[in-house]
Amino acid sequence: MKSLLWMLIALLRFLYQSIHLALAQIWANKTRSFLTMLGIIIGVASVTAVIAALSGLKAKILTQVETFGTNMIWISPRQPERGPMRHANFWELRFKLQHFEGLMDHCPSIARFGKQSSGGRQTVSHRDQSAEGVRVNGSEQACHEIEGRTFMLGRPFSVMDEMQARQVCIIDSKLRDTLRLDRDCINQKILIGHNPFIIVGVFDPKPHSPFGEGDSEDHEISIPFRTNLKLRHEPWIWSIAESASSEASEDALAELRFFFRRTRGIKPGEPDTFKVESLKNALDTFDKISAMVTTVASGIVGISLLVGGVGIMNIMLVSVSERTREIGLRKAVGARRSAILTQFLIESVVLCTLGGLLGIGLAQLLTMGIAKIPNAQLDMSYIPWWAMTIACVFSAVVGVFFGMFPAIKAARLDPIEALRHE
Amino acid sequence: MPISPNSPTSSTGRTRVVIQLRDVTRVYQVGTEQIRALDGVTLALHENEYIAIMGQSGSGKSTLMNLIGCLDRATSGSYHLDGKNTTEMADAALAQVRNERIGFVFQSFELLSQLNAIRNVELPLIYAKDGWRSRRKRAIESLEHVGLGKRVKHKPNQLSGGEKQRVAIARALVCKPSILLADEPTGNLDTRTSAGIMKLFDTLYAEGQTIIMVTHEENIAAHARRVIRMRDGRVISDLPIEQDATSQHLSSESDRGTES
Repeated sequence: MKSLLWMLIALLRFLYQSIHLALAQIWANKTRSFLTMLGIIIGVASVTAVIAALSGLKAKILTQVETFGTNMIWISPRQPERGPMRHANFWELRFKLQHFEGLMDHCPSIARFGKQSSGGRQTVSHRDQSAEGVRVNGSEQACHEIEGRTFMLGRPFSVMDEMQARQVCIIDSKLRDTLRLDRDCINQKILIGHNPFIIVGVFDPKPHSPFGEGDSEDHEISIPFRTNLKLRHEPWIWSIAESASSEASEDALAELRFFFRRTRGIKPGEPDTFKVESLKNALDTFDKISAMVTTVASGIVGISLLVGGVGIMNIMLVSVSERTREIGLRKAVGARRSAILTQFLIESVVLCTLGGLLGIGLAQLLTMGIAKIPNAQLDMSYIPWWAMTIACVFSAVVGVFFGMFPAIKAARLDPIEALRHE
Repeated sequence: MPISPNSPTSSTGRTRVVIQLRDVTRVYQVGTEQIRALDGVTLALHENEYIAIMGQSGSGKSTLMNLIGCLDRATSGSYHLDGKNTTEMADAALAQVRNERIGFVFQSFELLSQLNAIRNVELPLIYAKDGWRSRRKRAIESLEHVGLGKRVKHKPNQLSGGEKQRVAIARALVCKPSILLADEPTGNLDTRTSAGIMKLFDTLYAEGQTIIMVTHEENIAAHARRVIRMRDGRVISDLPIEQDATSQHLSSESDRGTES
């Protein structure tokens, strides 16, 4: 036991000395070492930065999940990849009101469900103030609940608003500011297009969704679903739903799919002409895409590391050749082959790992840079610890792999020949 | 001229045999040609001997030196060092023998320029079995032993030639070797510095160190107690220094005789 401990201490001392020696050697040839490491540095930095960006994007999406909850489900038309509807345009694929009839009865895993329809982009005005291109949506009351909208003022739509298709609206707080309405603007009248509407509520601007259309500069106005139907003959309809629990999410998707296939009259064997998508689904899709991007990036980096590794090998061969006499001397004073091999391997590993660390440093700078790109959704980019670990381990592996040949060459040198070397 | 390689002409027949070479040959293959660098050398060297191996270049003295230093293996014959047969040893075992029993001193010092004196002297200890035990202390002691106690932190380029060779000698002695093996130790030094180094060798010998040196300078060889002369891979004379001087005198006289 005690001797084992001594051996461990001896090994640690040996490692310490070898690394110290390797660092001294690298420091003695600063420029050369740096240029050699450049391949590794750039390779590691680029892949780490890509991973950082993806991680940031995912973190961003996860915050959305926290806002919406994983139970939320989007239902919208989609062009199938095959079948008779392959070339149909979106208007042919649109949802009609009858497609939704009896949904709550047939889908027991759905807790809430609401239809939305597009009222287009319209000019909204109040006295002499107006805002153009305001997104108008006809929404059933449930939609606001599912989306978890918070009301700053007023109330959501009531059943009566919906039933009677009243001309009432809920605006977001940014629109209120743009139209210079009073802070408490409830019951004030505004014009949407040419139709007068009464404001019943003000909600917070919609959180910026990475999948949803529109950007944060958009104004938003919500009117009852039926009011929109009354004003526009046949608007574009979609819907959102919420499953009873996240465990029921899969069931809910299956039930919705079954229900819509029937109501939309899709024959067995034909593909869906719509999609039902949960945030969880979308997250899975994102994971797949990000895995793909990571794989591609890793491939590119693999090549870059290969090139870097060849550079390392080259410089190590030069080093072995330059230090032939040193190797001869070390052998003369008792260094075994394994000791020489280890010395040069450690040197190449230290060189590569140093390159890897510098690469991570560079990646950190890059990450800080991309986080500042406006509207790129990358403000939460960060380098995950596993990426740093992998970068270091990978660099070290490159060091072992490409340092092996020069190290073997050094270890095999004949001490007499080596000492005679000029 | 009496040629009896193993005759008890060695200075001290009483002491332990450190090196025993029996009919050692070393053949190099150069292209299709075979070169017999050593051709049947039989030698016995004892503890605390001070030996000079002399000969012109190509005489086989360097080959003999490499062989004694366990840097090379004999093609045939046997070599016992401290009673152990090194002929059949594996590379790793030979490395250990070099580390523990042989201290090398080279003509061009072979110090590592990036390391200071202590670190250079520590080098053999890195490869020694328990070399990490009080490594620094042992290195400093060794440097003090060769009279460099005050220049331990200097790097080779801050040292004079003589000092460099002293560092090299300290390095050679740090593992307390059976033999100090010096190859032209004063070859790169001026006369005055050479004298200093030779004085150090004399002191070490007086302290009981076995010393073997290869040289072609008669005045350096004169410090030794026994002189082995080689020609064409063979030992042509192996005499105590006093007899060697006489025979040299005679042979040079006879040379002159034949010339005239």
